[in-house]
Amino acid sequence: MPARANVVELVPSPRPLRILWNRLRRGDEIAHVVTLVFASVVLGITALLVYQLWIQSALSRQKFGWAFFASRVWDPVAGQFGALPFLYGTLLTSAIALLLAVPMGLGTAIFLSEFPLARLSAAFAFLVDLLAAVPSVIYGLLGIFVLAPWLRVSVEPALRSCLGFLPLFRGPAFGVGFLAAGLILAIMVVPFIVSVSREVLISVPREQREAALALGATRWEMISKVVVPFAKTGIIGSIFLALARALGETMAVTMVIGNDPKISASLFAPGYSIAAVIANEFTEATGNLYLSALIELGLVLFLVTFALNGLARLLVLATAQRGGIQG
Amino acid sequence: MNLRGRWRKFLNAFMLGLTALFAVATVSVLFFILGYLVYHGGKNVNLDFFTRLPAPVGEAGGGMANAIVGTAKLLFVALVIGAPVGIFSGVYLSEFGGKVSSFAVRYTADLLNGVPSIVIGIFAYAVIVLRARHFSTLAGGFALGVMMIPIIVRSTEEFLKAVPRPLREGAMALGASKWRTVLTVVVPAAGSGIITGVMLALARIAGETAPLLFTAFSNRYWSPGFNQPIASLPVMIYTYAIGPYRDWHEQAWTAGLVLLGLVFVLNVATRLVFARKMAAFR
Amino acid sequence: MRSKGFTRGSAALCILLVGMCLVSCSHNAATTSGSQTVLINGAGSTFGYPIYSRWADDFHKLHPNVEINYQSVGSGAGIRQLLAGTVDFGASDAPMTDAELAQSKSPVLHFPTVLGAVVPTYNIPGITAELKFTPQALAGIFLGKITKWNDPAIARTNSGLKLPSATIVVIHRSDGSGTSFIWTDYLSKVSPDWKNKVGSGTSVNWPVGLGGKGSEGVTGLIQQTPNSIGYVELTYAIQNHILFGAVQNSSGEFVKASLESVPAAAASAAHSMPKDFRVSITNPSGKDAYPIASFTWLLVPAMIPDAAKRDDIKTFLHWMLTEGQNDAESLAYAKLPSNVSAKEDATISEIH
Repeated sequence: MPARANVVELVPSPRPLRILWNRLRRGDEIAHVVTLVFASVVLGITALLVYQLWIQSALSRQKFGWAFFASRVWDPVAGQFGALPFLYGTLLTSAIALLLAVPMGLGTAIFLSEFPLARLSAAFAFLVDLLAAVPSVIYGLLGIFVLAPWLRVSVEPALRSCLGFLPLFRGPAFGVGFLAAGLILAIMVVPFIVSVSREVLISVPREQREAALALGATRWEMISKVVVPFAKTGIIGSIFLALARALGETMAVTMVIGNDPKISASLFAPGYSIAAVIANEFTEATGNLYLSALIELGLVLFLVTFALNGLARLLVLATAQRGGIQG
Repeated sequence: MNLRGRWRKFLNAFMLGLTALFAVATVSVLFFILGYLVYHGGKNVNLDFFTRLPAPVGEAGGGMANAIVGTAKLLFVALVIGAPVGIFSGVYLSEFGGKVSSFAVRYTADLLNGVPSIVIGIFAYAVIVLRARHFSTLAGGFALGVMMIPIIVRSTEEFLKAVPRPLREGAMALGASKWRTVLTVVVPAAGSGIITGVMLALARIAGETAPLLFTAFSNRYWSPGFNQPIASLPVMIYTYAIGPYRDWHEQAWTAGLVLLGLVFVLNVATRLVFARKMAAFR
Repeated sequence: MRSKGFTRGSAALCILLVGMCLVSCSHNAATTSGSQTVLINGAGSTFGYPIYSRWADDFHKLHPNVEINYQSVGSGAGIRQLLAGTVDFGASDAPMTDAELAQSKSPVLHFPTVLGAVVPTYNIPGITAELKFTPQALAGIFLGKITKWNDPAIARTNSGLKLPSATIVVIHRSDGSGTSFIWTDYLSKVSPDWKNKVGSGTSVNWPVGLGGKGSEGVTGLIQQTPNSIGYVELTYAIQNHILFGAVQNSSGEFVKASLESVPAAAASAAHSMPKDFRVSITNPSGKDAYPIASFTWLLVPAMIPDAAKRDDIKTFLHWMLTEGQNDAESLAYAKLPSNVSAKEDATISEIH
C-alpha cells in the first residue's frame, strides 16, 4: 500500500482513492473493536465473579445483614459469624507490608536504574523477578522455620525494650502474629514494586535527566524532583499491584499469622486475615450457612479492595501534575 | 560553598547511600531465600525427580515427573487465556479507550488483582467444574489465566504509555494509520516491558496452590489431554510440606527449587528470543 | 517496519506452543493405547492420605489398568465433592451427618478403613519424659482455665517431674480437620463446660491459642514455641518421633496411644456397631483403651452408573478389607477389628 502524502482533499476524490481511504479507516475501527472486546472480557469476568460471590453468600447475608461487619464472633459450631477480626487483620498486615515494601522496593529500583553497574544490576533485577515465582507455601515454611523464631528471639524483645511504651509493641512474643505476617508479605510484594518501578524509571527520557543536571541539580535532586515524578503513574501502578497481592495472599499468611480471630493492638499478637480463614476453613466447611459466611468474607474483601482502589485513585487525581508520561 | 550547597551535597550522598543500602538489603534477603531453597532442595535433585512418578507412601525416592509436565500444561493454558486478553486490553486502555470506559476497565482490573487466589479458585470451580462435573486441566488453567489478566493489563498499559510521543508521531507523519502505528511501532517499542509484565504474571501464578485445589485437583498418574485432573508442582509442594514424612518435606523443597528453575528458564528463554527486538529500541 | 527480531521471536513462540500441544497430545495417545484405563477420583481426609495412597499404589500393581487418584483436600471438602458428583468416592474422619446424607441424591455407604488416634504433644524445656494428662487437665488447658504448667491439675498426676511455672501456649489446628473433630468430640464428652462453650466440629471457636496450618504447622509451632501444647495424629507423631503424653481413660488408667491401645478402643464399639458404621469411639469403656481414637471412613455412593468403575471400586473395597489391612501397621495405623471388616465385606454387595 503506497504511503499517502496528502490526506486532505480539496477536490472530490476519484472513486478508487476514496475506497482506499475508507479501508484504511475501517482498519482503525476494527482494531478499536477488537481491543474493546478483550477489554470487556475483563469486565465480564469480574462481573461474573461478583455475581457468583453474591448468590453463594445469600444465606449468610440474609441471616446477619450489616451486623456481619461489626461482629467479632466466629463460631462455626454455634453458627455465629462476624467479619471484624478478619477485616482488621487483613488491613493491618497489608499496611505493615506496604510500609516496609514501598521504601525498600522504590529505593532498590532507584538504585538499580541509576547505577547500572553493567550486567550486575540487570542480573539483580532478573533475580528479583524470580522471587515472585517462589510458591507462597515455601514462603510460609520459611516463615515458620526462619522468620518467626528470629522474631521471637531477637526482634520482638528488642522492639519491646526500645518502644514498649507504644501499645503496638506490648505483650508476649510468640514469633507468629501480625508482625510476622506483615514482614512476609513485604518480602513477597517487593519484587513487584522493584521490577515494574525499575522498568518505568529506566524509560524516563534521557533529556529530562540531563536537563535537570544541566540546571545544577545534584543526582538525588534529579531523581527526586524529575525522574520519580515523571515515572509516578508507573510507580503507583506497581504499588497497586503490591497492595492487591498483599490483600489477597493466602498460604504464606496463614502459616505465620497465628490464626486467632481476635483483635489486638499489639503487633506481636496472633491474628487472622480474610484470605487465610477462607483458605483454612473452606475445604472443611460443611453446612451451607458456614460456607456462605466464608464466601461473604470473600465479598467483603472485594468491597475493601474496591474502596481502597477508589481512595487511591482520588489521591492520584488530587496530586496530578502536568508533565510525566502522557497517554 | 554556602550552607545550602553543603546541605544539598550531604542529602545527595545520604539518599543515594540509603538506596544502595535498600538495594543491598533486598538483594540479600533474596539471596538468602534462594540459597535456602537451593540448599534444602538441592539434596534431592536427580534424574529420578524429573522422570519418575511419585513413589508409594513410605517408600523413599520417586519423582514428580507428572507434576512438572502438569505445571507446564497449566501455565500453557493460562497463558493462552490470560495473555491475549491482558495485552489487548492494555492496548485498548492506552490507545483506544475513552475516559469512562478506560476508567472502568482499569478499576476492574485492579479489583480482580486483589481477589484472593482461593476465591478465584472457588469461582472457576463454580463456573467450570460444577457444570462439567469433573476436575480438569482447563479449569485449572482458566483460574490461573484469570489471575494473570490484571497484572498484564496494568503493565502493558504502563509500558505502552511510556513509548515516547515522537515515535508515534513519526510513524503517523509517514502516513501510517493508527492501528498500523500501534501494531508495528508502539507495541514493539514497549516490547520488553510487555514481556516483563507477562513474565511477572507467569511467575506469580506458577507458584499458586489455592486456585488449583478445586479446579485441576491433582493426579498421581499422567494426565492425558486437557480434560482430566492433573498434578502440579505447587499442589505437590503443599501436600508434601504439610505431610508427616521427612522424605516428603525434602521432596517439597526440591519441587520448590524445580519450580523456580522452570520459571527461570522461561524468563531467560523469552528474553533471549526477544533480545534483538528489545535492543533496537533502547 | 517489522524488525527481524520480532518475526524471529514470534516464530520461536509459535514453535514452542505447537511443541507443547504435541507433547500433551502424544501423552494422550501413549496412555490410552493400552487397555481401557479406568481413572477413579477420590477426595477427603488428610489423616488417611498415607494409607489410601499406599493402597492405591498396591492395587494399581495388581490391576494396572485401574488408577485410583486420591487427594487429601480435607474431610469436609471430600463430602462436598462427593455430593456435587465431581469425585467417585469421598473420605472423612467424621461420619456424615443426617443433614448431609439428606442432600445426597442416592444413598451413601460408610466404610471404616483404619483406626487412628490423636495425641497430645508438648514442648517444655527440660522435660523429656511422657506427661500424664487427665481429661479435666486437657479440657482446662484448652479452655484457657489452666494457664501454668505447674498447675495442680497437671502436677498431681506427674509427681516425679519438675514442671515450670511458665504460661502454657495452646496450639490448635487452624484449618478445619478431622483431627480437630476427634479432639473436640472427646473434650465435649469429658467436659460439660467445653460442650457448652465450644462444642465439637472440624472447625470450632477456640477459646485460647494459636492456630497452625496442618499437622506440619502445628508441629512446627510447637517445636518453635517453648512451653506449648498441641494435638496431632498418632501416625504423624510416630513418623516424626515427636514426644507425646498419655491420657487417662474412662477406667482411670493412663494409656499412651499405640497400635495396641487404639484397637482396644474399637473393641467395645465393634459389638454394638450400627448397620451404617457411623459411630464415635472417643472415651470408650475398656481398661486398655486409648480414649481419643476414631475410625476413618470411605464414603461410597450406593449407586454407581459406570459399570467399569463400579466393579473396580467393589474389588478395591474387598481387597482393602482383606489384604490391604496388612499395610496399616507399617504406616502406624491400627487395623480394623476383624468382626467389623467382616460386616463391611458383606455391605459391599449393596453397591449397584
